[in-house]
Amino acid sequence: MNVDILYFASLREVLGQEKEAAELPETVRTVGDLRSWLAGRGGAWATALAPGKAVRAARNHAMVQAAEPLQAGDEVAFFPPVTGG
Amino acid sequence: MTVSVQTRDFDAGAEISVLRADSSVGAIVTFIGTVRDINEGDAVASMTLEHYPGMTEKALAGIVDEARRRWTLNAVRVIHRVGTLRACDQIVFVGVAGRHRGECFAACEFIMDYLKTQAPFWKKEATGHGERWVEARESDDEALRRWERGEG
Repeated sequence: MNVDILYFASLREVLGQEKEAAELPETVRTVGDLRSWLAGRGGAWATALAPGKAVRAARNHAMVQAAEPLQAGDEVAFFPPVTGG
Repeated sequence: MTVSVQTRDFDAGAEISVLRADSSVGAIVTFIGTVRDINEGDAVASMTLEHYPGMTEKALAGIVDEARRRWTLNAVRVIHRVGTLRACDQIVFVGVAGRHRGECFAACEFIMDYLKTQAPFWKKEATGHGERWVEARESDDEALRRWERGEG
């Protein structure tokens, strides 16, 4: 399936990317799977998205947990814990 | 218009006047967040706020909806600025109007605690040592858990 992936703040900077359209393999079914799949790219991806790193995710503009299932056409965003206000 | 995300400054007095125009309102509680000139021991020259357009507005509206479910309120106004701000600049305005102060105090604090942890904003500070992203505070997550446990 195809999804759009967005990166914000420090994550966007270390990955050197703010947005991409990705075609996911069948094995990537949840937001957590997607994070692991992206970390599998190695380098800055592996470091920034490593398990234990504080990374938050949103699916279609709502904050979600790693177990959240993905659907084709989703917009998924990864970002550090928010610091507004 | 309940929620605004904008680069321009806001006039707190004008916002309060709007909330005050409802004659059934007996209490207005407001919070204004401003840019501090020192953070983590370093002088902060300016701060740039990034956000997630599209999600930010929904997240803020969702927080206001939840506050209105928990308390009986006449009106709520939330304004959050983005872009580059300097020391003493206003960042955020939350105004809550209701019949009595208790609900307004609680709702205003609730909205700020949720905004701090759930709304997709990120601050980057410019200091004498260069630029750095502001780290989230554990105390902000603890403030949220207080509401989730029903202790608010």
